[in-house]
Amino acid sequence: MENFVDVFLFGKCYSVPENLTIMGAMEYAGYQLVRGCGCRNGFCGACATIYRIRGDRELKVCLACQTKVENNMYVATLPFFPLIKEVYDIEKVSPTEAVMMQLYPEIYACVGCNACTKSCTQGLNVMQYIAYAQRGDFEKCAEESFDCVMCGVCSSRCPAGISHPQVALLARRLNGKYLAPESAHLKERVKEIRDGKFEELLSDLMGKPVEELKELYNNREIEQ
Amino acid sequence: MYTGELLASAKKVEAARDANLALEPARMTAEEKDSLLETWHPDYKTSEFEELRIGVNRGDKVPHELAALLEGCPRIGAPDVDLSKIDYDTDVLIIGGGGAGSSAAIEADKNGARCMIVTKLRIGDANTMMAEGGIQAADKPNDSPAIHYLDAFGGGHFAAKPELLYKLVNEAPEAIEWLNGLGVEFDKAPDGTMITTHGGGTSRKRMHAARDYTGAEIMRTLRDEVLNRGIPVIDYTAAVELILDEDGKCAGAVLMNMETRELKIARAKTVILATGGAGRLHYQGFPTSNHYGATADGLILGYRVGAKLLYADTLQYHPTGAAYPDQIFGALVTEKVRSLGAKLVNAEGEVFMHPLETRDVCAASIIRECAGRGKGVKTPDGSGVWLDTPMIEKKGGEGTILARIPAMYRMFAKYGIDIRTEPILVYPTLHYQNGGLDITPDGMTCVENLYAAGEVVGGIHGRNRLMGNSLLDVIVFGRNAGREASEKSKSVTTGALTLGHIDAFNRERAEAGLDSGTVSPKLLPTYTHGNPDFHKMPF
Ligand SMILES: Cc1cc2nc3c(=O)[nH]c(=O)nc-3n(C[C@H](O)[C@H](O)[C@H](O)COP(=O)(O)OP(=O)(O)OC[C@H]3O[C@@H](n4cnc5c(N)ncnc54)[C@H](O)[C@@H]3O)c2cc1C
Ligand code: SF4
Ligand code: SF4
Ligand code: FES
Repeated sequence: MENFVDVFLFGKCYSVPENLTIMGAMEYAGYQLVRGCGCRNGFCGACATIYRIRGDRELKVCLACQTKVENNMYVATLPFFPLIKEVYDIEKVSPTEAVMMQLYPEIYACVGCNACTKSCTQGLNVMQYIAYAQRGDFEKCAEESFDCVMCGVCSSRCPAGISHPQVALLARRLNGKYLAPESAHLKERVKEIRDGKFEELLSDLMGKPVEELKELYNNREIEQ
Repeated sequence: MYTGELLASAKKVEAARDANLALEPARMTAEEKDSLLETWHPDYKTSEFEELRIGVNRGDKVPHELAALLEGCPRIGAPDVDLSKIDYDTDVLIIGGGGAGSSAAIEADKNGARCMIVTKLRIGDANTMMAEGGIQAADKPNDSPAIHYLDAFGGGHFAAKPELLYKLVNEAPEAIEWLNGLGVEFDKAPDGTMITTHGGGTSRKRMHAARDYTGAEIMRTLRDEVLNRGIPVIDYTAAVELILDEDGKCAGAVLMNMETRELKIARAKTVILATGGAGRLHYQGFPTSNHYGATADGLILGYRVGAKLLYADTLQYHPTGAAYPDQIFGALVTEKVRSLGAKLVNAEGEVFMHPLETRDVCAASIIRECAGRGKGVKTPDGSGVWLDTPMIEKKGGEGTILARIPAMYRMFAKYGIDIRTEPILVYPTLHYQNGGLDITPDGMTCVENLYAAGEVVGGIHGRNRLMGNSLLDVIVFGRNAGREASEKSKSVTTGALTLGHIDAFNRERAEAGLDSGTVSPKLLPTYTHGNPDFHKMPF
């Protein structure tokens, strides 16, 4: 037999099976979701949600597709949060502190309350990655923020009005483009292709009858 | 933590781990694979397919669920809208805000065209965001586009369109370079060498990754670039019908605001369909790894205006969907788990196959293990086999899991399963639409000025796609469609708009005796999780 729990969706009580996620509970109750549901598996950040268990002082945040319902859970979804996204030309910016200062100066108003870290749905050290961004240490900021799903929950809790996921994204793009080491073999291969090095091999393959291709395929050497 | 029977079986897996780790299971012969697929792969279950009765592919077999939509009732009729009132006028209209649509938009913009993206959910709420494992490109010295070609051609059962596959493999390294240049953070060694692994069916290690957030890393970067370029993105807006002009060329789409249901008209010189896959149709009752909006809309929209489908009867069931716990039933366990060394083990603790066979073979083999040999593990939702993740730590050293597949670790940790020390239960999940709209190498369908890119396309991979070739296809053919459609738009003069094809389609339905009330495109699935779906009263 299934066990049921009481969840309060936007304050209204519904009795739902205890093994459902919050997202599943909303659907069980009869909601047809449009906003606030994207990947359904913890990657897109569409389903940021705030909840409190009755009697608990602590306000919790989570991703609705990744969190099981609990008895007496009061749920409010946060399907949109007004983040600031500054535009820039990735070809023209340079990976220095100045770019942060220019695009996201509010990061320097961080008061160190750690509310962002405490609320992160991915368990990231958000305050720390903002500190790295302040210092222009984009490599570390990128590393620390890599698993961010851009749900915006941290920003909803920040007294300084910082748009953490956008800051982190800028840092990662700068790191990926300018700071990470270049791949010589990749450059070389692109050049070889431009020079037409593989044209003959490829057109030769494309011209072969299927039987011959099957032979080649079934006996090809596999790198260990 | 597992309990009861699951725990008992997990103990057997643990006891056999060291021996299993040392084992190098044999690969199947071509004959073994063929007979396995015919007996156990869902694509070969003829009772699950039917012949289309109308349209360009009449007589071709597709799954029942897809047939119902392809032959379904259009959502709107011509009288519902006023085509003389244009809400959006643009050169290139891009339908779908995933990897293919975003890549197309960036290239169209770069080429000087006006373009816009309309998308059903938000930009990035898409299958692209969820890709974990990686993206293929033959950029290592021991590899070449020709080897890549053979791997993909064979893996796709020798059915790919050669001219499309040629493009895919030959433009792969450049696609990686492009992404890297946009700031995508690929896994690299300190000297810049890309860290690459095998995927099922590859003969060289050419899988590039950004941990196990490869798709997310690509998607968020592309989205950021789209926004930086100021390309208009109209979200929560679905295309519900394409619009042709009086000469039968594609010239726009009827759009529906998903929240207010308001209809809008977009006119364009060229249109790119980039609506992705169909996992949410749950073919044959399978769970799916796909995002919420994967309902085959692009196939329906295209088919209705005469675009041809290719291999629409071939689906990819990813061998390793999560089979336990309930809350993540069907969610993807990336192939990278096997690339990194985890083997497939049955309820008795026996390794029953080589873990890196192609996906179709692997899925069929798991189904056989459970349904045919009775060696599956019983779960609340059915059955599954073990994927012995702790092997990864033994093989690659402690910490490998957190460093290489943190998303996987997190997904199970939330439900109290530590994949570093405990194996996980898996069963095939509906993952990818191998077939789709037929295109020429310039990305155009057989309907003039209607382009298609990404998972909505069929033919690039033949009848089965290798891991890592889809993200690649999305980038290569997304960019290609963006370039070609924007170039073409420069010479297009659009005639008067018409929705005449809807009437023609309805007539065809009637003549074929099709009278189902199923409305399509579907747009979104409806879930009730066992609660009887009650009738909703209007206000
Ligand atoms: C869990 C998972 C893991 C994967 N892992 C890998 C991997 O490791 N390597 C690999 O190569 N591939 C992988 N794939 C496959 C690959 O990610 C997808 O095939 C590919 O990203 C599809 O890109 P797309 O742009 O064509 O479609 P999507 O990214 O799905 O984008 C389609 C967009 O169109 C929108 N849309 C749909 N219908 C309409 C409509 N009617 N109107 C407007 N908009 C609409 C959708 O909402 C969505 O935003 C994976 C897929 C999944 C689901
Ligand atoms: S850092 Fe902020 S936006 Fe990113 S996952 Fe954590 S809470 Fe969400
Ligand atoms: S919540 Fe805002 S102010 Fe507080 S630590 Fe985080 S970034 Fe700083
Ligand atoms: S729906 Fe994507 S994270 Fe929950």
